[in-house]
Amino acid sequence: MKNYRYLILRRLTQITLLVLYVGANAWGWKMLQGNLSTSSILGAIPLSDPYAVIQIAVTGASLGMDILLGALIVTLFYGVIGGRAFCSWVCPINIITDTAAWLRRALKFSEVQKRFYMSRSLRYWILGLSLILSALMGVAAFELISPISMAHRGLIFGMGMGGGALIVIFLFDLLVHENGWCGYVCPLGATYSLIGKFSLIRVFHDAEKCTDCRSCITVCPEKEVLHMINRSSESVLMGECTNCGRCVDVCQEDALGFSIRSFTKQPKDEE
Amino acid sequence: MTMSTKTPNDRRRFLLSIARGIGLSAMGALVWSAYVGEVKAAPLVLRPPGALDEAEFIKNCIKCGLCVEACPYDTLILARPGDNLPIGTPFFTPRSVPCYMCTDIPCVPVCPSGALNEPSVSSYVKSKAVLDINKSRMGLAVVDESSCIAVWGIQCDACYRACPLLGEAITIETSKNERTGKHAFLKPVVHADVCTGCGMCEHACVTEIAAIHIFPRALAMGKVGDHYIKGWDKTDEKRLEGASIEVTKTKISEKSALDSLNDEGGL
Repeated sequence: MKNYRYLILRRLTQITLLVLYVGANAWGWKMLQGNLSTSSILGAIPLSDPYAVIQIAVTGASLGMDILLGALIVTLFYGVIGGRAFCSWVCPINIITDTAAWLRRALKFSEVQKRFYMSRSLRYWILGLSLILSALMGVAAFELISPISMAHRGLIFGMGMGGGALIVIFLFDLLVHENGWCGYVCPLGATYSLIGKFSLIRVFHDAEKCTDCRSCITVCPEKEVLHMINRSSESVLMGECTNCGRCVDVCQEDALGFSIRSFTKQPKDEE
Repeated sequence: MTMSTKTPNDRRRFLLSIARGIGLSAMGALVWSAYVGEVKAAPLVLRPPGALDEAEFIKNCIKCGLCVEACPYDTLILARPGDNLPIGTPFFTPRSVPCYMCTDIPCVPVCPSGALNEPSVSSYVKSKAVLDINKSRMGLAVVDESSCIAVWGIQCDACYRACPLLGEAITIETSKNERTGKHAFLKPVVHADVCTGCGMCEHACVTEIAAIHIFPRALAMGKVGDHYIKGWDKTDEKRLEGASIEVTKTKISEKSALDSLNDEGGL
């Protein structure tokens, strides 16, 4: 069970949030209304997707007080505390892409398939492009195609053809590239990578305990962030780390764990 | 600086990778903008009360669905993929469920983005803003006389009776039915200055496809412009206060009339 602690906690968080949202529309619950673009806690505290608000801002829209305040609250929360935790603890697409990645590993596709080259920075290009298009076209460009909000809205308000987008992402991650959507394409994840770059909660690696089994790297959806494994004791500082805690789960030696950001680095003692 | 230690090849590689990014972005922009352009061009969509003009509305709306959750009649729907409307934005279809004109307009104050504008559906009572659904302008009812049975001469006043602004937004114009010699035509006439576009008339219409339809006001209405004025109506003159003097120039009117007449041109 210990091997799945954070995975189970994350799924519980994701599903609880979803149930609250669905309950708000279906049965009028007041706890969490709206959707991931903008929500309202108890009809009082606004929460807004900072990326959506930036896109709206560059169109030249007048920007309501509530979405500005909501985006500020969300940005502060992930910026100071959570890091890129939205992606692995809140986003419903994460369940789909994790499943695809797990299936891909189980079926050993990566061992047979030639690697399909994509750059990790693709998502930042898409992020930039979405802002340019939003400004030029006068409408939040990614919000019109976002499979994340499509899926989330679909689950709360009715799916339409939105299910198609989810199947496409699942197949892309399964057949084309491991963690293709979340790790390479999604500009919302890219935004949270930038926001969460300086957050306090970080995975810490204790190189002295590490036996170099590399299980953490196998399960990590953003393998580059674990460059210090078995090399030096330090915090995982790259903004791309989603704080999903899978590496902590799978580490049998307790060489990985959540802690407050550490600014020091200690190379591993070589015997 | 680290820059100085870079070899020319590093610089080439860096510039080329930027160039590749720009090339890919341009390719992506081509597809993406074509889609966005198509999907945002939805002139027939009907928005909730208090909505900004369509172009401003789709800029501002964050697609949270709080208006949809607030609507007690399930009138409002968020556009789903496949509806061929700007995805995730709220709209309604009066023939299925019209706007029932709640006096407390629950859908508007919850809007967090300002896409639904509260002042536009508020009246001032003793200098205090009070929500007033009758000020909303969601659309305009337009009658197709060729399929309206009341215009035919068959007794019907369904739309007139369904109208929440009874006798104001729709009035009945009576005239003698010469064919029978003893009946009246009851022609419904919509008044654009009162009609809110709630769609209760369209919902109530008895014909197979409604003979009275709600259209977005931008589509249903014309505009007189500055050239004509109701000279008998003092208030109409206000309309021209901000008007600018516009002089049209043609080939002949370029010069003064005298010069133009004296000009021998090529002669």
